[in-house]
Amino acid sequence: MTRPVWMEPPRPSTKAAKAVAVTITVALVIIPFWVVVATSLSPDLQVIRNGGWSIWPEQVTLDAYRRLFGSGVISHAVLVSAVVTIVGTAVSLTATVLMAYALARPNVFGGKPIMLGVLLTFLFPPAIIPSFLVVSNLDLRNHYAALIAPVLISSFNLVIMRGYFQGLPAQLSESARIDGAGDGRVLWHVVLPLSKAIIAVVGFYYAVGYWNSFFNAMLYLDDQSTWPLQPMLRQIVMLGANPDTSIAAGAGASVAPQTTTMATVVVAVLPILAVYPLVQRFFTKGVLTGAIKG
Amino acid sequence: MAVTLADRRTDDPPTSAAGSARRRGGRRQRLRRSRLLLLMMAPGVLYFLVFHYVALLGNVIVFQDYLPFAGIANSPWVGLDNFRTLFADPDFWQAAVNTVSLATLQLIFYFPVPVVLALLLHSLTRGWVRKAVQSIVYLPHFISWVIVVALFQQLLGAAGVLNGLFADNGYHLVNVFSEPSLFKPLMIAELIWKDCGWGTIIVLAALHNVDDQLYEASAIDGAGWGRRLWHVTLPSLRPVLVLLLILRLGDILSVGFDQVLLQRDGFSPGVAEVLDTYTYYHGVVNGSWGPAALAGIFKGLVGLVLIVVANKVAHRLGEEGVYR
Repeated sequence: MTRPVWMEPPRPSTKAAKAVAVTITVALVIIPFWVVVATSLSPDLQVIRNGGWSIWPEQVTLDAYRRLFGSGVISHAVLVSAVVTIVGTAVSLTATVLMAYALARPNVFGGKPIMLGVLLTFLFPPAIIPSFLVVSNLDLRNHYAALIAPVLISSFNLVIMRGYFQGLPAQLSESARIDGAGDGRVLWHVVLPLSKAIIAVVGFYYAVGYWNSFFNAMLYLDDQSTWPLQPMLRQIVMLGANPDTSIAAGAGASVAPQTTTMATVVVAVLPILAVYPLVQRFFTKGVLTGAIKG
Repeated sequence: MAVTLADRRTDDPPTSAAGSARRRGGRRQRLRRSRLLLLMMAPGVLYFLVFHYVALLGNVIVFQDYLPFAGIANSPWVGLDNFRTLFADPDFWQAAVNTVSLATLQLIFYFPVPVVLALLLHSLTRGWVRKAVQSIVYLPHFISWVIVVALFQQLLGAAGVLNGLFADNGYHLVNVFSEPSLFKPLMIAELIWKDCGWGTIIVLAALHNVDDQLYEASAIDGAGWGRRLWHVTLPSLRPVLVLLLILRLGDILSVGFDQVLLQRDGFSPGVAEVLDTYTYYHGVVNGSWGPAALAGIFKGLVGLVLIVVANKVAHRLGEEGVYR
């Protein structure tokens, strides 16, 4: 976007103020990440001397990561998180696509009351105790399905996906239908190839949701050793638990070394940072199809 | 998320005489024609039924002395006892007050930030700079609350970076994570850090849709930067801002349950208890199920009333609102 002719050229002071504001905003986001990564890679001694953090490792070391994965506790938690995230995202995405496609077709039997039922959930979001009772009654407690089933479909994701499907040019699916394709084929060969953007965005929302959730594990899994990464991270960072008890015995302290704590944070953020750039360009499209057009 | 209840029939089959005749042919025929589609919907419908609608029935325990091992069927009915217990509990009222005051502060201090940030981003004329900044500020939205709180603790907690700097320069130590008066500012700072970037998306789209001719005409009439902002930009943003405000109101009593739960322990419950954490600790943790479930319903109802009233007010002011 270049400056339109009617706009007065900005004064140097305005330009400078803008540059400062933008720099500060960006710095506020980046600096915390930087400190965490740098600390996790620094030698313990430097971090202790510096009062618990560092902005530049005097010498890059992976000791913290070795300790972290050496204990087995965190490796297990990462594995649990990864499996729940992958399975959960696949199941949620499938259920959402199928339901959104069916609801996007006109005249489907029961379509209107079902859609109304979905929309009403915006006004009555599920509360903690009723959800807990349902999960208990289905005997899902202490089972990993309890981390997926209660959040299987997000009404928001369903509504934006349905909106996207409705916005696709009808002629394409019509011509497929005239050629004899049924709903299954139309969905698979016509609609899905046109919907990569929305599938990427909604899939990312689900994956982030599963990867980041910590409360459902606390609520439904009684045995801490079966927990995924995020609730474990809470134990380590906020409650000062040590993932590696052997270190505690050796150092005479039960608190995890700062470098280990920071390494745990890095491990928890890394998958999101890795996938984020791939889906980032679809965000505006994904959010806005559902949000503005409804 | 302007949700219109009316179906938009962009996918209608061509209306031939035969087609419309078939569509008029009874429910049974429609049912048979929709078989595959109904099968597709089945998992989703089952999910919504069980976890959203059957779940609502669980609320009957507000009339029970619920015993987990006995289940709903065998727990004794106690009439309105739970209502008396809850309303006599000063902790509940404290949690309600905390929730409302935190929600109000969030509304006042958080809500304008994404708008201001969006105006700043929109004013960046170099495209690649704007894109790069956008990618960076969206990112914290996808970081979990556990990590956001951890980052803040590392920076501001007792052993954090800030206190290290204070101590080096001979100042007193402040532990932001247990100082009661700082609880609410802390919550709002974290919310702004995490979500204000993501909040700009919708505002930016609205800014993008403002007709440039309006700016041009007002500039020719001699309106400077400030007047264009006041008379063109803000009025154009009004529908979107109203929409965002209503949605925020509907969700406001949740005041970031995850966020509060993570930090509640550092502060005394008197300061950091909100309705959701009250429900969790009194119900699931301490087994006072009936009153806790009632607190949950109370929160849900107040949220519902807020969203309905806000929507009414929006209609009075001639705005679309969230629904009709």
